[in-house]
Amino acid sequence: MTLVLSQLFTGISIGAVLLLIALGLSLTFGQMNVINMAHGELIMVGAYTVYVLQQVISGAGWSLLIALPVAFAVAGLIGVLLEVSLIRRLYLRPLDTLLVTWGVSLLLQQLARDVFGAPNVQTRAPEILTGSIRITDDLAISSSRVFILVLALAAVAAVTLVLRTTPLGRRIRAVVQNRDLAAVSGLATGRIDRLTFFIGSGLAGIAGVALTLIGPIGPAMGTNIIVNAFLVVVVGGIGQLKGTVIVAFVLGVLQSMVEYTTTTSVASVIVFVTIVAFLQWRPQGLFTLRTRSLA
Amino acid sequence: MSGLTIRGLTVTFDGFVAVGGVDLDIPDGDVRFIIGPNGAGKTTLIDAVTGLARAGGSVTFDGQELLGRKVHRIARMGVGRTFQTATVFEELTVLQNLDIAAGWARGPLTLLRTRRAVPPEVEKALETVRLTAVRDSPAGTLAHGQKQWLEIGMLLVQNARLFLLDEPVAGMSHEERDATGELLGLLSADHTIVVIEHDMDFLRRFARTVTVMHAGKVLSEGTVAQVQADPRVQEVYLGHAVGEAV
Amino acid sequence: MRRPLIGFGLAAVALFGVAPLVLGDFRLNLLAKYLCLAIVAVGIGLAWGRGGMLTLGQGVFFGLGGYAMAMHLKLADAGPGELPDFMQLYGQLDELPWWWRPFANPVFAMAATVLLPMLVALLLGLLIFRRRVRGAYFAILSQALCAAFAIFLIGQQGTTGGTNGLTDIRGFFGYDLNDPLNRRTVYFIIAASLLAVLALTWQLIRSRYGELLVAVRDGEERVRFLGYDPANVKLVAYVAAAGMAGLAGALFVPAVGIISPALIGVVPSIEFVIGVAVGGRASLVGPALGAVAVAWAKTALSERAPSAWTYFEGLLFILPIVFLPGGLASLARLRPSWRRRQARIPAEATP
Repeated sequence: MTLVLSQLFTGISIGAVLLLIALGLSLTFGQMNVINMAHGELIMVGAYTVYVLQQVISGAGWSLLIALPVAFAVAGLIGVLLEVSLIRRLYLRPLDTLLVTWGVSLLLQQLARDVFGAPNVQTRAPEILTGSIRITDDLAISSSRVFILVLALAAVAAVTLVLRTTPLGRRIRAVVQNRDLAAVSGLATGRIDRLTFFIGSGLAGIAGVALTLIGPIGPAMGTNIIVNAFLVVVVGGIGQLKGTVIVAFVLGVLQSMVEYTTTTSVASVIVFVTIVAFLQWRPQGLFTLRTRSLA
Repeated sequence: MSGLTIRGLTVTFDGFVAVGGVDLDIPDGDVRFIIGPNGAGKTTLIDAVTGLARAGGSVTFDGQELLGRKVHRIARMGVGRTFQTATVFEELTVLQNLDIAAGWARGPLTLLRTRRAVPPEVEKALETVRLTAVRDSPAGTLAHGQKQWLEIGMLLVQNARLFLLDEPVAGMSHEERDATGELLGLLSADHTIVVIEHDMDFLRRFARTVTVMHAGKVLSEGTVAQVQADPRVQEVYLGHAVGEAV
Repeated sequence: MRRPLIGFGLAAVALFGVAPLVLGDFRLNLLAKYLCLAIVAVGIGLAWGRGGMLTLGQGVFFGLGGYAMAMHLKLADAGPGELPDFMQLYGQLDELPWWWRPFANPVFAMAATVLLPMLVALLLGLLIFRRRVRGAYFAILSQALCAAFAIFLIGQQGTTGGTNGLTDIRGFFGYDLNDPLNRRTVYFIIAASLLAVLALTWQLIRSRYGELLVAVRDGEERVRFLGYDPANVKLVAYVAAAGMAGLAGALFVPAVGIISPALIGVVPSIEFVIGVAVGGRASLVGPALGAVAVAWAKTALSERAPSAWTYFEGLLFILPIVFLPGGLASLARLRPSWRRRQARIPAEATP
């Protein structure tokens, strides 16, 4: 029983990480249909932000707290720069966007290598996140994992709130549902795209901050996570956050369970086969915005 | 039972009833115009018949049920359609467009070979839709009216017996309209034709029978004169449509 | 009809006459490696440029072909009844795993290098094209397959060599690969294979099927209304591209002497695409020339400055695609470039 519980929590915490890295994508890919392969590097930017801040601020707790808004802003701005300079030219060519942003990700990786060096760098975790929380006598959960779970859920709540209640959120949804109609209704779709991209990229920055608590920070960290993040959004369905949330946790738990019973190597194949099988049942993902268009 | 028979056709989108229980009989050789204000469910009706929109009820063509079949299967049964905005393969030439339309029954060996000569049915269709002169131009360079004709030509070589034309003359010049009307007359000799149209003048000249749809239902049916005389039609549709057409 | 024949003649003269005369053994061997990448690129050009399927997972098929060939060569190197060297090294196995055994047969192994990738592509394609998974979804799925395949191989150290892959291949169907003359022969086999693949693709492109494929790329939904199932049309191009990648992987092994997960994962798979984009995705020779040029640039630049190469590669992904979507091939011809258009059928404004 304890074993199942502990695997379950491992799964949930893998899911929380997946959710954090996929959340920004569910905005940029899910709402705007832009495939940003440099999303992983925006996460890397968030992670290096923590590293840089810790050179200036000595307290690990403070630096982490400050890093959250700073990483959001830095990654968000880089994202907007990318949108304005390249992605905007390619809105009708989604596959080309994919390749072009892959190029951008190579540039950002090499830039990180030249600035921070090729080896991974270390950051300090604040004291209160280094321990673990004891649930029963033989089940303990590391506090950093709990922090990531809370952060992921808070981010989902914040994005949902923005989309549902603010004028900006209404505009974003209007543009997603019918871009042409939104444009003739007087919405500045270009500005809304940029804002959506800012938030989506900023969320990547936040994810990067969280990742410093559990793994190494290095130039290649983005490539390793981007594939899974995109899978989460594809399987979750386009245009709705709840699909992303559910699929992130389901995939996390699935992976941890399969890995426990087999090996990481076999698990990766089983997860892929499961996804293809799932797409037989729901080719458009778990949830879809139903429109009349044929696309 | 020959021709197109529709019974109790219903199409809903997320609770919105686009077509609500339509019965329709279109006998072989008819030239039926379907009119109705925006939102009446005209295009949705065609979408349902051609397998694009999921629908309840029953649609039979020459006695065979269409509902529940895949789009390409319905097309192979002789049901062809065009779209409001002409959709042709713009980078391929007129000839290539027609050759593809003529070819679903080709075997793999024929497909893997190069086209040596123009198939006779394609040659004939080129003449019928008056595109012989531009047969080697990319379809994307055609004028708007020519694209619609190319689509009609594609239906011809596809061996469709039932033509479902969605606003074929929208945006056409007077000359193009007349030519299209003549073309319809020519085709009606051995095809059943259903036309969705807003242009009342065009309708008066070329329709054999008319169905008026309103809010997802059939409001009235008959000859042009009968429909025009129907007070309900005048109330919901013809009143302002005639005004628009002038 | 005449111009392509002249083109083939020139290519044959360049590959069989000029290159072996001008290039030394080392350079010729490098060219052999580049030509393998060119074979993959021709397949991608067919699937992506002509069929609109951006496949980011050709590494899987390249790898299947490569491993099939390498397994046979390792078994041949070890001799009858013996385990390949790496299996003895890890010492976990007493006898050959059952799925290694058929590869001892040269005919089976050679057939498998092409047929195995095609079979996998057929199964996957049936499942995903029929469910209308396409565009970006298809690209992401093909990439995920690639990631899963590489992770899987790395985990199976005892039977696939894990991260190291299958290395140190010495013989090629009885011929010693250390002998420069035999390496030249390998080059000629590869060059002939490339010409054969180009000829096959040329026929596919100019056939009625090739026209239909372009129609599916530009209007997948429209094609259904003409009575075709686009899934089948795409399947043919996808399976053909997989076969070409498998063949390329198989030939890569004797040319380079190694196949490993690092050569077939997510990153190399997307690198296969770059030459195609640079050369011209929808043209016949563009992808092949692009692949050779990019591979050559990679060798030349990364010898001197690895970081400069990565910057250059990043720009290669960005600049040609943004500013020259038809690739270099679109400069060579005066016809308007084959730009990939969104498959669009009007979503009507009124229900």
